[in-house]
Amino acid sequence: MGIAVNTNAVIETKDHYAAEFERVAAALTGHMSPWLRDLRRKAINHFQARGFPTQRDEEWKYTRTAAIEKRNFSCDPGDEFAVDMGRMEELLRVEAAAQRLVFINGRYFPALSRVDALGDGVAAHSLNETLHQRPEVLEGLLGSVVDMDRHPFAALNTAFADDGVYLSLARGTVVELPIHVVFIATAAHDGRASHPRVMVKADDNSRAVLVERHIALDDAVYFSNVVSEIALGKNTAVEYYRLQEESAKAFHISGVHVHQERDSRFEAHTVTLGCALLRNDVDVRLAAPGAHCSLNGLYLVNGRQHVDVHTRIDHLQAHGTSNEFYKGILDGHGRSVFNGKVIVHPDAQKTDARQSNKNLLLSADAEADTKPELEIYADDVKCSHGATVGQLDADAVFYLRSRGINEATARNLLTLAFAREIIEQVKVPALRSYLDLAVMQRLPQGAWGEDQP
Amino acid sequence: MLSIKNLKVNVDGKAILKGINLEVKAGEVHAIMGPNGSGKSTLANVLAGRDGYEVVGGEVWFQGKNLLELAPEERAREGVFLAFQYPVEIPGVSNVYLLKAAVNAVRKHRGLGELDAMDFLSLVKDKMKLVQMNEQFLYRAVNEGFSGGEKKRNEILQMALLEPALGILDETDSGLDIDALRIVSDGMNALRSAERAMVLVTHYQRLLDYVVPDHVHVLVHGQIVKSGDRGLALELESKGYGWIESAAAGA
Repeated sequence: MGIAVNTNAVIETKDHYAAEFERVAAALTGHMSPWLRDLRRKAINHFQARGFPTQRDEEWKYTRTAAIEKRNFSCDPGDEFAVDMGRMEELLRVEAAAQRLVFINGRYFPALSRVDALGDGVAAHSLNETLHQRPEVLEGLLGSVVDMDRHPFAALNTAFADDGVYLSLARGTVVELPIHVVFIATAAHDGRASHPRVMVKADDNSRAVLVERHIALDDAVYFSNVVSEIALGKNTAVEYYRLQEESAKAFHISGVHVHQERDSRFEAHTVTLGCALLRNDVDVRLAAPGAHCSLNGLYLVNGRQHVDVHTRIDHLQAHGTSNEFYKGILDGHGRSVFNGKVIVHPDAQKTDARQSNKNLLLSADAEADTKPELEIYADDVKCSHGATVGQLDADAVFYLRSRGINEATARNLLTLAFAREIIEQVKVPALRSYLDLAVMQRLPQGAWGEDQP
Repeated sequence: MLSIKNLKVNVDGKAILKGINLEVKAGEVHAIMGPNGSGKSTLANVLAGRDGYEVVGGEVWFQGKNLLELAPEERAREGVFLAFQYPVEIPGVSNVYLLKAAVNAVRKHRGLGELDAMDFLSLVKDKMKLVQMNEQFLYRAVNEGFSGGEKKRNEILQMALLEPALGILDETDSGLDIDALRIVSDGMNALRSAERAMVLVTHYQRLLDYVVPDHVHVLVHGQIVKSGDRGLALELESKGYGWIESAAAGA
């Protein structure tokens, strides 16, 4: 009986998004381009055939999406809403002086954006504008990195996405200034889904730093379904920062999909500070010899939050290196999942792949699941992985207390030190100091004294 | 200053200290010696307030306060300092931050103003000369990657900065080569004063050649079986602990 009810619910939800698609498809920007219309149609069919993942699906074993499913979020793209510019500027502290593209409730917001100092060889536009003015640059590019078969929510995104970012770096272009992309959700976004799409194409020998932030102004219930595709040409270097700080009631499902050509370097730092339910996939294909990626991450999980990080690195060719380091801090009834898959394919000789995931439990009710998965089909490789789940070192707490530091401060200090190992690797100063402060403010042991470290 | 009366302590249900009595006055240096497993480190840790030790009898008074009722940080602020046998490595916390936080916590408790960064830095540089540490130690993570000698020097530096009334030094000499031992004991001697007492917990009499104690106590099987002056330490050096252990067993 229970099963029958469940099945009905799933069908209804699949139908919900299919119905939403029929309702809004003609209004999506780019609808006049046949290739895009076809891509979207294919994507929604894909999603409808596949449906929401269940826990029988190995990749979704620990994360239930039923809470998203039952809410039937609206996918209507064109809503009017009031924007309090003062509050927005305050929210954009990290980007105060930066080159930035700002989106509110999934829509590009030019009045808060500025990309005027990036120099030649860079195209940094909203995806919507690009779809309006020259959709042809996206043909064959959009959707070329992400694998929709493996990522059902990427299919859902592809069906609806008509805004986000198009960033293109011409051959040899070096962009010194970090480019910030900020997605802001406000109260007006309550009950809605957005499907932002970030498309980055770095041609040979180019370099750039991209910061992608997902933040909220109010505590609305919404669904961010984000896809970022990053294609790195030969000998490129992309530094990518991702800060996920959604409303405490929000749902966030995202994928970062990366394709790397010969000798390219991709470095990602993903920090998760807030959300009710968050799933982030990072999927990297080292498609040519000598490519390198590092994936660093930090997640802070509290209350009844659920954070699920799935990474997958495919070493397809020889001499590739990957370095993965994720840390989690869990408090309250928080729950985290880390699944790090590394696949060394038969041609990927001389691969060097390292992975580490460390979790710090601050409460007896928090739970961290961690699962390294190595599949190695080449014989001359170096691979290592390590995973830990533990508590604060009691000896260290006592050591600090024996020096006159009170217990709460001692615990905070050690927790912050744990987080800093990741934060210190952030090379954008405004972002690093923001993260330091944001983590400090979230420490569970109460306020700091006046003497902050 | 410190008055330990019939102190009995269990660890995991097993009696480790079986009735310790000790009176320490301001300005005195007491050495507590004993074979491995006699309870020396337990005594040091109980005085500092470490978890995992069950006090099942007796009391400890420190400057008129019931020490056992105080949290470890309160004991530190009241003027009890434990130099750890194994100083803890704390990655991600810089030494200078720990030192400054500790100094200011103690100063605040004593009704003194907190030191700002400049004043603190000049104070710490001054104290570092005492243990021949250079400035780079300030900016490294607490004890991380320090050699054994550097860790012990760092303990003495902390003691110099916190200016405790009572310093308990738990095997600060163990594992040190002769040069490091000389530096550490010079530091200890510089910190001796008429207002300050020290309890040196040690296995070897070697340290006592450099830091000459006023009183020596021998701890065996959780009890002080013999007390004396420096001569007792020299006797232990030549005869070992065997004779005193069998005497204790026979008693």
